[in-house]
Amino acid sequence: MNGLETTRKETKLKKKGSVPQANVPSGPLLKRKMAFEGTPLSGKDFEQGKVLFTTYKPKLAYAWDTGRAIGRYLQGLKEGRLLGVRCRHCDRTVIPPRAFCERCFRPIEEWVQLQDRGVINTFSISYVRWDAVRLEKPTLPAVIDIEGTSPRVGILHLLGEVDPKQIKVGMKVKAVWKAASERIGAITDIQYFKPE
Amino acid sequence: MRKVAVVGAGLTKFMRRAQETGKELSFEAARAALDNAGMQLKDIDCVVMGTAPDAFDGVHMKGEYLSDGSGAWGRPYLRGYVGGGTGVFAPIQGWYHIASGMFDTCLVVCEEKMSGCKPHPQGAFLTIFDHTTERPLYPNLLWIFALEMNRYMTTHGITKREIAHVAVKNKKNAMDHPSAQLPMEITVEDVMNSEVMAWPVNRLDVSPTSDGAAAVILASEEKAKKITDKPIWIQGVGWNLDTSYWTNRDLYYPEYVERAARMAYKMAGVKEPRKEIHIAEPYDPFDYKELHHMEGLLLCGKGEAARLAVDGVTARDGDLPVCPSGGLLGVGNPIAAAGLMKISELFWQLRGEAGKRQVPGQPKRGVAQAWGDLMQVGTVVVMGVD
Amino acid sequence: MDRRVAVIGIGTTGFRAASPEVSYREMIYEAAVKAYSDAGLAPDQIGSFIACSEDISEGTSIFDEYCPDQIGGARRPVHSVSGDGLHGIITAAMNIQTGLFETALVECHSKVSNCIDPVEIMNYALDPIYNRPLGEHPEFIAGLEMRRYLYESKAQPKDCAAVVQKNRAHALKNPWAAYPANLELEEIQDSPATFDPLREIDRAHHADGASVVILASADWVKKNRVKNPVWVKGMGWISEDPGLEMRPWGRSIATQKAAKMAYKQAGIRSPRSEIDFAEVDDTYSYKELQHLEDLWFFPLGGAAKAVRSGLTRSDGKFPVNVSGGCLGMGNAAEASGLQRVLEIVTQLRGEAGVRQLKRVRQAVAQSWRGIPTTSCAVAVLSKGVNS
Ligand SMILES: [Zn+2]
Repeated sequence: MNGLETTRKETKLKKKGSVPQANVPSGPLLKRKMAFEGTPLSGKDFEQGKVLFTTYKPKLAYAWDTGRAIGRYLQGLKEGRLLGVRCRHCDRTVIPPRAFCERCFRPIEEWVQLQDRGVINTFSISYVRWDAVRLEKPTLPAVIDIEGTSPRVGILHLLGEVDPKQIKVGMKVKAVWKAASERIGAITDIQYFKPE
Repeated sequence: MRKVAVVGAGLTKFMRRAQETGKELSFEAARAALDNAGMQLKDIDCVVMGTAPDAFDGVHMKGEYLSDGSGAWGRPYLRGYVGGGTGVFAPIQGWYHIASGMFDTCLVVCEEKMSGCKPHPQGAFLTIFDHTTERPLYPNLLWIFALEMNRYMTTHGITKREIAHVAVKNKKNAMDHPSAQLPMEITVEDVMNSEVMAWPVNRLDVSPTSDGAAAVILASEEKAKKITDKPIWIQGVGWNLDTSYWTNRDLYYPEYVERAARMAYKMAGVKEPRKEIHIAEPYDPFDYKELHHMEGLLLCGKGEAARLAVDGVTARDGDLPVCPSGGLLGVGNPIAAAGLMKISELFWQLRGEAGKRQVPGQPKRGVAQAWGDLMQVGTVVVMGVD
Repeated sequence: MDRRVAVIGIGTTGFRAASPEVSYREMIYEAAVKAYSDAGLAPDQIGSFIACSEDISEGTSIFDEYCPDQIGGARRPVHSVSGDGLHGIITAAMNIQTGLFETALVECHSKVSNCIDPVEIMNYALDPIYNRPLGEHPEFIAGLEMRRYLYESKAQPKDCAAVVQKNRAHALKNPWAAYPANLELEEIQDSPATFDPLREIDRAHHADGASVVILASADWVKKNRVKNPVWVKGMGWISEDPGLEMRPWGRSIATQKAAKMAYKQAGIRSPRSEIDFAEVDDTYSYKELQHLEDLWFFPLGGAAKAVRSGLTRSDGKFPVNVSGGCLGMGNAAEASGLQRVLEIVTQLRGEAGVRQLKRVRQAVAQSWRGIPTTSCAVAVLSKGVNS
């Protein structure tokens, strides 16, 4: 069908005196057609009970240590502040904060309070939820370059209070925070970013 | 450096949902590759497995689980992974098993069974994002593609319409591939009018989720020449992983792919990729990715790839055939297996055994590439007839 | 081409029960900085970076995304291996032997304290169709294995207790260890059975920690006049049956084959007389006895006699797990295998302080990937090039 035939030199690999396997035709040259195995199933095969299956729901749960850098970042969010760090070796100011510079491989000690505003680096208008469920009202994820950082340094967050058609790369946006009493020290303490 | 050749390749069908278990898919691909090389399992010194997140198969340490299906029982066995880049990394891993002088033959198997993951395999991708700074926003995998595609389009002024040519080409190419899951003849209008998933990504811009497996057999120079008259040599390998802080990078260009490509070209002695590469299989889980990666592979300048697609330069009979297999868009995307499918394609194309898919002009050298993680890793293999 | 490879740098945070003050990134960074400092190298002098991890243990899919930054590997050739630290060492050595790289770095870590239910993670590794539906606690597998091993080797549960006593006592002299203890044999034997004959105390406790090892080619070692290289003279790794149905429960066949492979490369004919000490997997006490026999150091049943007589104590003729092993240091998943190498390197360099062994030149490290696997790795490490 597709010409994927192979020329097989059986004799070369065979040890002296070995017996060819019963189901393999022997001979110095063996032409064998490539097979592309596999049995596609449809949803119907499951509904009609044509195939058996077993299910399992894992009970996996984690409590990740935030450590020093992200721990302080989250504390800042709780206080309504956006914190970054500056590496004195490469003179970069970055967010999210980190305990060491991945380029210079040096510890970072200098903390910087950044503006809670920035510029849309890129965005999407997403009609699909994380688990592939279709959405009527789209989610608006964006990478937002935060003011006060080095060029092209941003965070992933969401946009809000904006007509999706009006969103542009380069648009200036500002964080909309949850009320102080509702903040828990999480990235979601910022509800979204809205156009300035 | 010790020379290493590909001497056989095999694939299963790529399917939305396979009856076979992951072990069985691995077995079928491995068996097909052994048949293709005219070898038996006893001729294999060691086994390498490539497979992406454990969350799909629903098994912790799934490399261990898949080992017997891949022919590893009683053998040295390693599973490497670099996310979506794994399919082209697995043969690199096989390459260093042999190039190190440790072994003479290596069976490389890549498997993915995504359909078992409920309610939808996309759900598994939530856990690829940073657990503290990103996951609470409930990101979808499509987001990172959409964000990257938008940045790429905006930077170069490329249109969705231009990019759609890639989906049209690859899905059509796949009509000649016996493993293909989504072969179809469509138009640019069809792509443009298909359902918007995460703008700028429409449904037909995207490859499907799939079940499937692929395998290749690698051999040292001495062994390869005994096994076949037409070994296809691994001339260069490269891989590169960028920082995990993906929001601190400009997504318009895959710097890490360029670095991986330069590493592979240097080893292969390729100085002018545009002239010296006759056939390319860049990673195309989304149509714009093919263009993005052609640029990273230095097959054209930054922002120039779309023009080549529109002008038909990258068609199977064009000046630079790109994804003549049908790619992930057409053949399907069982992640790691899809990458290794590209290696199989180069193997058959360079041997002149690709049948209806054969690109004209007896290509002498090709490049395959995969990509993965958080828009972060490039894996590159250069293969040739000498 | 000179294909020999040496360890030229090591770094570890040490192991402890939990590590809430640091993120995984910060913890690994500490180990990496120490290894670079030990080797006298900077990240841009490393050719290939290898990280060992498993997604489900991290709670992150495609965890290799998060590997490069803390080891200095961003925008460099980095890849992950789903193996333990010894598989990482083997991968690094092969990378160097190709001639493509002069140096390579291996990273392993554990943040198991962040997993709410590590048993469920172990359970998630069982065959989802044949075994997991039984709904049993997965450690029953260790109970089955232990019983069969005791039956075949005629070793006694009290010999396993002696292993626990020895290793946790060894850990008293190791500042990197999380679970040092001075235990009486009786109290170990009185520990409640979990999967009889397995007792609660026969199992290594979990630990957090990170370790990094840097390797280099022989040419590099020569060119840079490295003072105390430790050579990787032989490597072997084998996976046997992943299923439970057909495995020989009493023995670790994978260890037997991996050891043969490593000894052949190292030119070792008589392991017991050519090897001075060993660091082997002891995730469960009986595993140390089983692994010592399958490494061809003792005949079946010989390891029990050895532990009874004190031969494998740090002051014995053939010290085993002088680091404390997993029982004394803690089970830090992938990092456990790498820690076996770190201990050997420290000993062969003569830098082990109060636990320093005398006149040691050559040692064996062995690892097992844990329940339910049959994947084992072995490495022979040596001080002298031609010893
Ligand atoms: Zn810096």
